[in-house]
Amino acid sequence: MSFLTYDEIDHESLIREVLRDRDGAVCFFAGVVRDHHEGKSVSAIDYEAYESMAEKEIGKVMTEVEQEHPEVSLRVVHRLGHLIVGDTSIAIAASSPHRAEAFEACRKVIDRVKETVPIWKKEYGPDGTSWVGWQGSRPDEATDA
Amino acid sequence: MNVKVLCFAALREETGFRERDVAVEEGSTIGDLWKRLQEEFESLRSVPMPLVAVNETYAAAGEVLRPGDEVALIPPVAGG
Repeated sequence: MSFLTYDEIDHESLIREVLRDRDGAVCFFAGVVRDHHEGKSVSAIDYEAYESMAEKEIGKVMTEVEQEHPEVSLRVVHRLGHLIVGDTSIAIAASSPHRAEAFEACRKVIDRVKETVPIWKKEYGPDGTSWVGWQGSRPDEATDA
Repeated sequence: MNVKVLCFAALREETGFRERDVAVEEGSTIGDLWKRLQEEFESLRSVPMPLVAVNETYAAAGEVLRPGDEVALIPPVAGG
């Protein structure tokens, strides 16, 4: 099963897929393209991935969280390509017999995906485009900012 | 020996390539490869060494490369 897609993410189908008869709760998280970042307006974002490794890294996150929360059923999809404000970039569904574990597992997935998965975003703003997190990693440019 | 170097996102734009074979000496480490790339690409000289993955697994700078390894340069990730 792939964790990456270039198509619009269908929230409802993700929830339907994750739910089992024993579940009493499903927690759904969507990351959405917003119209600003660090004080600048944003109109769109290009998402790029090292796809084969990103699949593996997301798989590792899912396995870890499933092991920490064996009662939880999980789904995650990350979208790539050109997204505009309001588009869902990532969706996570976590279902569980009780709500506490569903909330916790859902949160762990998004937090860990952001840490390790090789996915990048290029923001479109009023001054052109920039790769998120790149400028700050270059000491010469960071001092100019 | 040759290794396959992959560049993504900002690093792809700085180097102008996404994938290319690079010749390095036997026994070279990831750090040696990075120095070699910095010699070739002026735009990389002011860039701190990024995270690197060898054959799709994050690897330390001291790791020794083997012929045919796929070495990916990973700029700061920003998924989600």
